Amino acid sequence: MIAALFFYLFAGILVASAFMVIASKNPVHSVLYLILAFVNASGLFVMMGAEFLAMILVVVYVGAVAVLFLFVVMMLDVDFAELKQGVLQYLPVGILIGGIFLAELLLVVGSWVIGPGVPMAITAPIPTGIPNTEAIGLVLYTRYVFFFQISGMILLVAMIGAIVLTLRHKDRVKRQSILVQNARTPEMSMHVVKVRQGQGLGSNTAGGNSTGSNP
Amino acid sequence: MEFFWTTLWPLIVILAQSVLLLVILLVAIAYILLADRKIWAAVQMRRGPNVVGPFGLFQSFADLIKFAVKEPVIPAGANKGVFLLAPLITCVLALAAWAVIPVNVGWAIADINVGVLYIFAVSSLMVYGVIMAGWASNSKYPFLAALRSAAQMVSYEVSIGFVIITVLLCAGSLNLTAIVEAQNGPYGIFSWYWLPLFPMFVVFFISALAETNRPPFDLVEAESELVAGFMVEYGSSPYMMFMLGEYVAIATMCAMGTILFLGGWLPPVPYAPFTWVPGVVWFVLKAFFLFFGFAMVKAIVPRYRYDQLMRLGWKVFLPLSLAMVVIVAGVLQYGHLATAAMK
Repeated sequence: MIAALFFYLFAGILVASAFMVIASKNPVHSVLYLILAFVNASGLFVMMGAEFLAMILVVVYVGAVAVLFLFVVMMLDVDFAELKQGVLQYLPVGILIGGIFLAELLLVVGSWVIGPGVPMAITAPIPTGIPNTEAIGLVLYTRYVFFFQISGMILLVAMIGAIVLTLRHKDRVKRQSILVQNARTPEMSMHVVKVRQGQGLGSNTAGGNSTGSNP
Repeated sequence: MEFFWTTLWPLIVILAQSVLLLVILLVAIAYILLADRKIWAAVQMRRGPNVVGPFGLFQSFADLIKFAVKEPVIPAGANKGVFLLAPLITCVLALAAWAVIPVNVGWAIADINVGVLYIFAVSSLMVYGVIMAGWASNSKYPFLAALRSAAQMVSYEVSIGFVIITVLLCAGSLNLTAIVEAQNGPYGIFSWYWLPLFPMFVVFFISALAETNRPPFDLVEAESELVAGFMVEYGSSPYMMFMLGEYVAIATMCAMGTILFLGGWLPPVPYAPFTWVPGVVWFVLKAFFLFFGFAMVKAIVPRYRYDQLMRLGWKVFLPLSLAMVVIVAGVLQYGHLATAAMK
């Protein structure tokens, strides 16, 4: 009863916010609705008992991916009102393409049959009596360790690629090395002089450090 | 009638527990805030707030009333909905984290299996309050401050994540109660994780400072360069909500440190006079000890420069914590071989 109530609450907000992602005028609002959709989806995961997936969804998608989305959208200076002007003009084409896509999806999903032996062949037996974090860990690092490692490698390559593409080492930019700074001693950067009254620095610091003369 | 006992009654119990926790937490926050100001003042040889009530004990409540009765001002150019949503989100998320924190055996509203992940998820959402406030204010300084502090919070989350993983490896569970119980050893204070995982404890403490935007990492409100950070345009009760959310997040981080490294509600010496003390007392004492550390750091350490902050997060803490994850995992997996070889 309560579970059903919460299911409809989460599902309803999820669908509504997913609709608002494409319907809202302001792109930042779109991203915020997307975040709302993610959070509600994770609520649905919790209701299914997949608490680990729910938390990972929030940590990864909401906590990291959507932050980057929001960053990009906030900094873009695109006139979105202008983009939306031709909506009526493009609406028939959009509806046509969407309709074709929907029909194709329905055809594919409607005639989809999973062979009787397939579920047994591709999945590990689901253990009972342990939390699902542990259950995922037990198969992820044993049975599917190669797939797991390969997906990790792909992400690593993508990360290195992004760094290589964007890293520019400009010579003109002033940089500092903390190690060099910490290795400095007073002798390296300071020059103590005794200033005689009435004579100034001219006589005893010929070629000395000029900054050392500041009182 | 059966419907009442099976579905409504648990709901009422949970609601009552939540309200009780919130009330205690908010009063505690009021005094933590006062303690923060008092400690800061003491370090600088000032008196701190001492006018309202005996020793200034009611200062926070006076501030609360002041904030609550002030008129909220919303800038004309602001995006009104998001502008008002941002402080709410900060405040609600900060409070939501306390749903899973056990302060004694079984004293948690929801003792869920993935408690650590839940807190991590909620604290990773805290960044939205900052970004939304900065963007919705529609003003230069808040926007710059929001970008900056969002980058900061996301960066330090990474190292906090790895620190948490090392503790999880040792405890073998994501459940907060189980993590505390795993530290229940015969040596009391020396069997808690702060000793074997000492480098990680230090990394956690510093990352927690950065994550909650406390000095020396309060680049968010670096008043000398960004006026007052992402909250420039906020006043009265919305500002108070940010303030409240910030301090609740600090309290959450202290509680997290207590659970992960300082043995939660366990007594420091597992023998008679100490075991008589209720666990919640130990929990509060330890959490306050960590908070005292936060306050002292605020008083003593000068503010970091932004590029140094980023360097510390990505070039020092990330490799360090990553290496520790590998080392801890290796020791746990193959440590028995070393002890066997020694015999």
